[in-house]
Amino acid sequence: MSITIELPHVGESVVEGTIGKWLKQPGDTVKRYEPLVEIVTDKVTMEVPSPVEGSIVKLLAEEGETLPMGAAIAEVATADSPEGSEPETAAIEVETTPPGTPDSPSTTGYLLRDVTPVGPTGGAAVELAEPTGTTASANPVRPAPVTPAQTTQPPTTTAIISSDQARLSPAVRRLAQEHSVDLSLIQGTGLGGRITRDNILQYLETGPAHPPAASLAPVGQPAGETSVDGLETNVPLSPVRRMIAEAMVRSVTEIPHAWSTVEVDVSGLVALRTSVRAEFEQKQGGSLTYLPFVIKAVVEALREFSTMNATWGGDKIILKNRVNLGLAVAAPEGLIVPVLHNADQFSIAGLAAGANDLAERARTKSLTLDDVQGGTFTLNNTGALGSYVSGPIINYPQAGILTTETIQKRAVVIDDAIAIRSMMNLCLSFDHRINDGAEASGFLAAVKNKLQTFAPGTSIY
Amino acid sequence: MAVKSVIEAVREAITEEMTRDSKVFVMGEDVGVRGGVFLATQGLSEEFGNERIIDAPLAEASIMGIALGAAFRGMRPIPEVQFSDFVWPSVNQLIGEAARTCYGTNGAVQVPMVIRMPYGGGIRGGLFHSQNVETHFFHTPGLKVVAPSTPYDAKGLLKSAIRDNNPVVFLEHKKTYRLVRGEVPEGEYTLPIGKADVKRAGSNVTVVSYGLTLHYCLEAAEELAGEGIDVEVVDLRTLTPLDTETVLESVKKTGKLAVVHEDNITGGVGAEIAALAADQAFEYLDGPVVRICGPDVPTMPFAQTLEDAYMPTADKIAAGLRNLAAY
Repeated sequence: MSITIELPHVGESVVEGTIGKWLKQPGDTVKRYEPLVEIVTDKVTMEVPSPVEGSIVKLLAEEGETLPMGAAIAEVATADSPEGSEPETAAIEVETTPPGTPDSPSTTGYLLRDVTPVGPTGGAAVELAEPTGTTASANPVRPAPVTPAQTTQPPTTTAIISSDQARLSPAVRRLAQEHSVDLSLIQGTGLGGRITRDNILQYLETGPAHPPAASLAPVGQPAGETSVDGLETNVPLSPVRRMIAEAMVRSVTEIPHAWSTVEVDVSGLVALRTSVRAEFEQKQGGSLTYLPFVIKAVVEALREFSTMNATWGGDKIILKNRVNLGLAVAAPEGLIVPVLHNADQFSIAGLAAGANDLAERARTKSLTLDDVQGGTFTLNNTGALGSYVSGPIINYPQAGILTTETIQKRAVVIDDAIAIRSMMNLCLSFDHRINDGAEASGFLAAVKNKLQTFAPGTSIY
Repeated sequence: MAVKSVIEAVREAITEEMTRDSKVFVMGEDVGVRGGVFLATQGLSEEFGNERIIDAPLAEASIMGIALGAAFRGMRPIPEVQFSDFVWPSVNQLIGEAARTCYGTNGAVQVPMVIRMPYGGGIRGGLFHSQNVETHFFHTPGLKVVAPSTPYDAKGLLKSAIRDNNPVVFLEHKKTYRLVRGEVPEGEYTLPIGKADVKRAGSNVTVVSYGLTLHYCLEAAEELAGEGIDVEVVDLRTLTPLDTETVLESVKKTGKLAVVHEDNITGGVGAEIAALAADQAFEYLDGPVVRICGPDVPTMPFAQTLEDAYMPTADKIAAGLRNLAAY
């Protein structure tokens, strides 16, 4: 494609310019920044340099002709855009009747779309150009702004704190006082479980959604109402339980899960941990579990298999540039998944400190919203509960979830000899829309290989 | 109704008022033969002659001072500040004198003048052609400050401003001039100064804005409607006197308030509206008052990337409103 040169805006408040003298003619070659044309305006006369290197194909404006800013004045063939192809760029796009023009009274007005600003007088050229329509069908010069992904993601409201910890807005306090509402009876749906004005209005309309006993009942011994026939007990849902239920249903109904399991020889890892554990715990404080080692292996494998660190986007696969690893934690109220952000940028010791901090804050209910947002892959240590193999449900909308199963000494065959080794299963659930078995197996093999390279002597710092 | 641009609406208002009242005249840089750099007065020199469409030297203090004197003597001048960035030399005439004369003379001398100023950025105008100046005049009692966002409002409010016996700073966002189109009824109409307009009714969140960003708020509201968030968009139209009634009514309805403007965030119109809500709608607030405004940098940067970063956009507004709705 040849490049179309536009009449540039040459100064404040100038809306048009006159071609004084062409300094190049068709067939001439021109270097970038070499004077191309002399432009005369009421304020200045200046030589306008060529914005590109190439050869002049055609002059679109004659000497003495007055044109609005942004009008096409010449075509230049460049190395990338040879002569004869369609012009690549041109002046301003004008839509005189834009789509989406409101039907209703329109004193509200509407914005023209894709109009390129041409200097301080703000698109005066648009109006000047309209009668001739010469620029009406041209392509927009600049690409449409791209919406940053994070601004389109609805905020997560995973973190739930009890209502007595939450901030009460003035509106909530006033309504509660006016209607003598006991706020402990209301379950908030706002950020961080905050009771919103709408929660109170809803409560006033429909009465308490849940009996007070429910919100006070400890998990594990759920209080409930015995049914009329005495055969069943109905336990009201806690907000966390409800949220977990909704998340799980969404994941299994939307994501086609597939499963794969590998067996890993973690004898080296067990020995490594044993060798550094005492020193670490003395120096750093906090425990050194197997978890940070597994995290290290997983995040490195995620870097290698980028489609495992991804999300299904309907018509595309969205690869996540950061590795934010979610860690499933059994909190008193139920499952919570705090996130180690940028987990690929930490040493094993750093990961241990980070994971300990998150687990501690999950246990003490002091996680912030940021702590539970933005996860790109999830790790679940089901082995801690004695599990040997699992079929985990993906933490929607991620591409996969990996469990680490219990470490057991087993008799395994190595080089036709039977040896006693520490073995652990890794179970992966993956979104089969994004990855096939080949990638999933590759990812699992990568995690396995990394785990098997750990041995006494491996640095954890 | 005919669809017109903001600049056409402005031109129509000036033309109609000059036809109606021979005391009305225009003075400014390039307003005559050239018709104004934005062409707001295009053709008026031919129609009304150069005694009523007066080309002035590049001397804002003189333009404002002459207009002020004419207004003292019963004329109804419309001085134009070519870009609001250039208003500073005339601030003594405007704030020091025009705003205080009626009060200082116990009403004996009135100042019926309209200072038109194209303002605002987003047009690659750089440091000296993109400034937002409204806060300075918003802070000054004795001035009325009008900032319409649509052709309909621009025409109706400019006609009212010209008929007003107080000095009115009439702010026209230069990017809206040709970018915003809307229907303008044929024939005579005026709109009351000091009355906001609910441009979109909603129940979850109130967003208050004016000028160019009002349209970005409407775009954001449209986007959020798809997510089940019902946004009420209030167009202030007039900054002074502020229509506190409409703002408070909306805040009491939704319980959540965001203010959007392009001018710097600190000490701006948004701060005043936040204070108003805290003072008079405290018991109705169900979330923090959010301001989505230009950052506190000395002026509009020239580099495209920096200007883009400066400007409130529909995306930035939608993100802010989304968070507020979820609060």
